[in-house]
Amino acid sequence: MTDPLTPVLSDNWDTDRSWTLAAYEQLDGYGALDKALGQTQDDVIELVKSSGLRGRGGAGFPAGMKWGFIPQGDDKPHYLVVNADESEPGTCKDIPLMMASPHTLVEGVIISAYAIRANLAFIYVRGEVLHVVRRLQRAVQEAYLAGHLGKDIHGSGFDLDVIVHAGAGAYICGEETALLDSLEGRRGQPRLRPPFPAVAGLYACPTVINNVETIASVPCILANGADWFSSMGTDKSKGMTLYSLSGHVNRPGQYEAPLGITLRQLLDVAGGVRHGHELKFWTPGGSSTPLLTAEHLDVPLDYEGVGAAGSMLGTKALQIFDETTCVVRAVLRWTEFYKHESCGKCTPCREGTWWLVQTLTRLEQGQGTEADIETLVDLCDNIVGRSFCALADGAAAPITSSIQFFRDEYLEHLRVGDCPFDREASTLFAMAGASA
Amino acid sequence: METTAASRQQVDAGRELPAATLAELHEVAARYPDRRSALLPMLHLLQSVQGRVTAEGIETCAAMLDLSAAEVSGVATFYTMYKRRPVGDYHVGVCTNTLCAVMGGDLIFERLKGHLGVGNDETTDDGKVTLEHIECNAACDYAPVMMVNWEFFDNQTPESAAAVVDDLVAGNEVRATRGARVCTWREAERVLAGFPDDRADEGPSAGPASLAGLQLARERGWRAPQPDRGAADGDAVAADQASKGVREESDVAVDASPAGTRHQDKKRSRDAAAGTETSNGSSKEAGT
Repeated sequence: MTDPLTPVLSDNWDTDRSWTLAAYEQLDGYGALDKALGQTQDDVIELVKSSGLRGRGGAGFPAGMKWGFIPQGDDKPHYLVVNADESEPGTCKDIPLMMASPHTLVEGVIISAYAIRANLAFIYVRGEVLHVVRRLQRAVQEAYLAGHLGKDIHGSGFDLDVIVHAGAGAYICGEETALLDSLEGRRGQPRLRPPFPAVAGLYACPTVINNVETIASVPCILANGADWFSSMGTDKSKGMTLYSLSGHVNRPGQYEAPLGITLRQLLDVAGGVRHGHELKFWTPGGSSTPLLTAEHLDVPLDYEGVGAAGSMLGTKALQIFDETTCVVRAVLRWTEFYKHESCGKCTPCREGTWWLVQTLTRLEQGQGTEADIETLVDLCDNIVGRSFCALADGAAAPITSSIQFFRDEYLEHLRVGDCPFDREASTLFAMAGASA
Repeated sequence: METTAASRQQVDAGRELPAATLAELHEVAARYPDRRSALLPMLHLLQSVQGRVTAEGIETCAAMLDLSAAEVSGVATFYTMYKRRPVGDYHVGVCTNTLCAVMGGDLIFERLKGHLGVGNDETTDDGKVTLEHIECNAACDYAPVMMVNWEFFDNQTPESAAAVVDDLVAGNEVRATRGARVCTWREAERVLAGFPDDRADEGPSAGPASLAGLQLARERGWRAPQPDRGAADGDAVAADQASKGVREESDVAVDASPAGTRHQDKKRSRDAAAGTETSNGSSKEAGT
């Protein structure tokens, strides 16, 4: 039985100047790279496959299998692209990881690029996190000077260059094919698949795109073995991961635990929902994953468990809202976000999110009719699954789930003719006042 | 190299870009296997010089990358960080996505609008502060969050946010909660274009929320399973020794790293600054 919390990725975040190469190497940093370079590329892919590591960016696709799709022996260049465009509302794990330990990511990049036979890798980081960009730039520079990057790395004959590429503000670029278009200097709009990026990705060449946490998990698998990694977690969801608790919880923050922990257990270690209040609704993995309620406190937070509960594990971004929060206001704000971030390529998403905002705004102000709720459900039904990417599906998720669980609250807005909630009561300042 | 408000607010629309900037744009383009990939960092660099994306900036990128101006313009208008109107010395972004809004972001944004006398995406008359409500900035465990020139200001209240803005306007040194001393927006844009400013060592490793789980694990003695080195890898000892050898070698190189950056980059920033400080147009551009 493993401990409730299992810090691995976050284990060095409290060391002095943890972002520096010196601090990272004090803790055997770049030791895993030597192990990787001492094996064949195929052996590294096999190791990652057998570890059971699944993508931590939301979809949960097996990382080793993704790598295995890269054609071998072709004459095209291969590319590794790290998706560091962390923007899903509620998601806040990759940013602290890159801030505190950018070398964990860089070491993962080198090992992963070696495995897929790529000689150029990109870290596509969202532009709105200046200090994280600084730390990444410095880490890459330090790695070059130490011989972890560049030509003939550690005398292995393997060459790798890494480019830190800052985005410019577009949620959609977290979608992997939109990210590729953006990295090619275009508007960030998703591509039709197939072909998948493994066959025709960046510059139409074989490309692996993985989330920051996925790539950062690779060094510890090399260092400690696939069996060690898969000794944590559940049957089909292996390893440890970063759970991010935010909102109305006493100690919000990053909690690294084996996959399959429950929200009840996480709330227990995080000091519970803020004092004097109770859990109303929560997202398991960002705003694109259907809302859950107090009846889901014991759902195992792994890919299968959350799926069986009617939602998705997503990015493990647990946004906690207590009874002071108006669910209609919360959902309207998310919907405005999706409308703003829709890239405009697909009509159901571009037009649909606009209409969702119109209808929800009226309901939130208590001015609609009950038929508007049916209109929302109908709109969502016509949006989901009808676009190139999952943005529109994400837009529908909070709406349909909130109507499922809180239909009465929508109706209460209509009865009152206004939003019945006090905005101040849900704030952090009210929180501070309550505990003082 | 802190820069002052008015002089850097000017935009030399219609002027030719400084030669140093043109050289740096070429340098950015040369980093990529396909030059067009440089377009986003090139636009960041142009904003660092001109305070926004100008028509001539678009034409320049188009000519360098063999694109039409319409293609470049299509990109520049797609991304929210690219601004067509001049941005102040300090870009203040208040997160009003759901979680931050509920935790107080809406009230903070309301307060700052009144405090500064501007609306969303507007700049104060003195050219110091541009206020904007922003989407989720990946710091939800520190809600409500405000960003100044894309540095984190965690756990804000309307009062603390107003105090930060007052300090910015007064020219006092302002430090991010998790980050560096606040530089100007233009200086920040230069870093995003891929020209480091040697401030990576400022600020903490992590804030309290980032360490919440780790600290609890330390207190309670919780940790990940101990690896079975023998089973995982037969020659773990040899690998350990090999990695120690690497570490000793690299210590020397690490020490050399920051100094190298500083010298190279400081010189370039000075050149770039010299190229723009000659401009003396009005602080607000007409008719954009």
